[in-house]
Formats: sequence, structure tokens, C-alpha cells
Amino acid sequence: MDVLYFAWVRERIGVPKEVVETQAKTVTDLVEELRGREERYAAAFADLSALRVAVDQELTEFDASLEGAREVAFFPPMTGG
Amino acid sequence: MKIAVQSEPFDLGAEASAFASGHRDMGAIVTFTGVVRDLARGDLDRMVIEHYPGMTLKALEKIANEARDRWSLGDVLVIHRYGDLAPGEMIMMVATASPHRKDAFEAAEFLMDYLKSRAPFWKKEITSDGADWVAAKDEDEDALNRW
Repeated sequence: MDVLYFAWVRERIGVPKEVVETQAKTVTDLVEELRGREERYAAAFADLSALRVAVDQELTEFDASLEGAREVAFFPPMTGG
Repeated sequence: MKIAVQSEPFDLGAEASAFASGHRDMGAIVTFTGVVRDLARGDLDRMVIEHYPGMTLKALEKIANEARDRWSLGDVLVIHRYGDLAPGEMIMMVATASPHRKDAFEAAEFLMDYLKSRAPFWKKEITSDGADWVAAKDEDEDALNRW
């Protein structure tokens, strides 16, 4: 699936988007997989309370299912307006 | 209903006039405009606004439709910019048209509160000292609870 990063999450991980082959069933499972990859992921995902997640472009929670998901995005709390 | 996400500037007067015209039954038009401000230290060079292209329009439409469900609105306008903006430049505007003043004001405030915390935009301030992402405030999240 496509995994997207925005704002400081993008900067910390170093790419805006990547394709991740995963069997993760939930967002939390995916985060655990990514954390185990490299230090930059562990650093970006150190504090999940500082992050938000969208699955297929809809805001959701970290315990959300990834069944059928095509796109997951991680970013800090939004600052629009 | 017009929802626009764009990098180029918008003409506040032209947008407000166009929005306000063409209704015979809307007694109240409220507009709000957000402007890049140099508040902290007076050395803001520019603000960079990042967004999530695939999601932004959908999120804005959802927020606007929610406002239309809750208040008596004849029309809603949302324009939000992204990219590089200088201090004093307009970032975004919302406008609401309603038969009644109270609905127009409340819906505009609702739109602003939700745009702040539920539309996928992120602001970065570039100063002579470097660059910092603007942190979301707890009070912004708290503001959603009143609706």
C-alpha cells in the first residue's frame, strides 16, 4: 500500500511517500513494523499522541483496520485556517 | 457551494461580491479572512503551507456540508491557499449566506474551528533563525467540543 507522510513526519522520515508491502491488520500493526525498520521511523513514531492518521484519505484512529486499504497517511495535528 | 484549494492569491472583494450576489432570500452574508501574521518576533520571512492533495477537497466539502446540515444556509464558500505566503497575505476565506444573521455567524465560526483542526493543512514559519512547524494548540481541539 501507499504510505504518505506530511509536515515534520515527512521531514523526519525523509520521503513524502513510499510503497510498503505489509500484512499489517491495523494502523498500529503497521506503525510497529515501520518502527522496527530504521531509527528514523522509530524517531518519527516515538509518540503516537503527537500524530494523526488517515486511511484512504479519511481521518481515523490508530486501531483502525487496514483491510482493503490502499493509502495510509501519517501527519502531525493539522494547522489549517 | 464553492470550495477551492489553490496556491495563487484570491481577490477578497471579488469573491465576496460574487458570493453575495444572486440571492433574493439571504438576509445575512458573513465573511471571514485569515491572514499570515508576524506575531512572535517580527522576523517572519514567510509561511509555507503544506497540504494533502488527495484529501483536502474532500475534507473541506465534508466540513461545509456539515455546516449546511446544522444551520439554515443558502450558500457556503471556502477558499484555502497552500505554498509560500508572505506576512500580510491572505491565507483563506470562508463565507456563509443565510436568511438569518445568527446562522451565518455561527456557521462561519464552525467552519473556522473545523478548518483549523480537521482540514489537512500544516503551516511552517520561516524566520531568519530557521524554520519551525506551527504546533496545533489544545484550545483549537477544545474549540470543536462546543459544536
